Amino acid sequence: MRVGVITFPGTLDDVDASRAVAYAGGEAVALWHADADLKGVDAVVVPGGFSYGDYLRAGAIARFAPVMGEVVEAAKRGMPVLGICNGFQILCEAHLLPGALTRNDKLHFVCRDQWLKVENNETAWTTRYDEGAEILVPLKSGEGGYQADQATLDELEGEGRVVFRYAGGNPNGSRNDIAGITSANGRVVGLMPHPEHAIDALTGPSDDGLGIFLSLLDAVVSA
Amino acid sequence: MARVVVDVMPKPEILDPQGQAVANALPRLGFAGVTSVRQGKHFELEVADDVDDATLAKIAENFLANPVIEDWVVRRVEA
Repeated sequence: MRVGVITFPGTLDDVDASRAVAYAGGEAVALWHADADLKGVDAVVVPGGFSYGDYLRAGAIARFAPVMGEVVEAAKRGMPVLGICNGFQILCEAHLLPGALTRNDKLHFVCRDQWLKVENNETAWTTRYDEGAEILVPLKSGEGGYQADQATLDELEGEGRVVFRYAGGNPNGSRNDIAGITSANGRVVGLMPHPEHAIDALTGPSDDGLGIFLSLLDAVVSA
Repeated sequence: MARVVVDVMPKPEILDPQGQAVANALPRLGFAGVTSVRQGKHFELEVADDVDDATLAKIAENFLANPVIEDWVVRRVEA
């Protein structure tokens, strides 16, 4: 399994994302924002950070990077894509996922270990979890408030496309406590919290996040 | 060359915590009577004369604003 991990100017979590891929038994392949080339990978992780300094809006400029054109095309063909934090913001700006992420409701940058409830364990990235399982992973974001119009929310809820929901309190004003969502085909997933920081109890609050990357391994191998 | 202004504002139904923070700070600074503040973005573009309104509309809708959460107005102004 070869998993591309994109680096933009201002990306922070590409190294941890690559490490998580390796922990799951995959090969992480570095992808550069300026290259319209996915190097033949089986899946892509768009990691967290502050691409292009979050100028204009978080993810608004990264969306137009040459590599993202390739990601959008590959996603349309069914390639699994995961966006974490800034990566989630980029996938929303690129219209691979609906909605938008806005400034946290209390303005505070939230940095803490966060419980999430797994609401959908049928996506390419979540089959290793039991439905309804609660996982503990770090959340670190200033613009994590998920917003979408009511029709979009109704569609997401009706189709079971809310993948992760905040448990034990809403940290940022996200509508319906939404922490992560998926595309209609279940191949593209975006979430604000950071599963790649929770893959080993030595360095994270749990190893609950590893299931994301193990799930991908299953999805790619069985494909 | 022409000057174009694009104003982008959070939609009315979208929570604007930055605007609220500004509004909440005003009484502490001794300014009474401001009941609401909304915070947006103001862009000033210098554009070539052959850039038409349709192009400007695309720039605003596809890049300067995010239609999910923001409204915008494009207008040409005297340079």
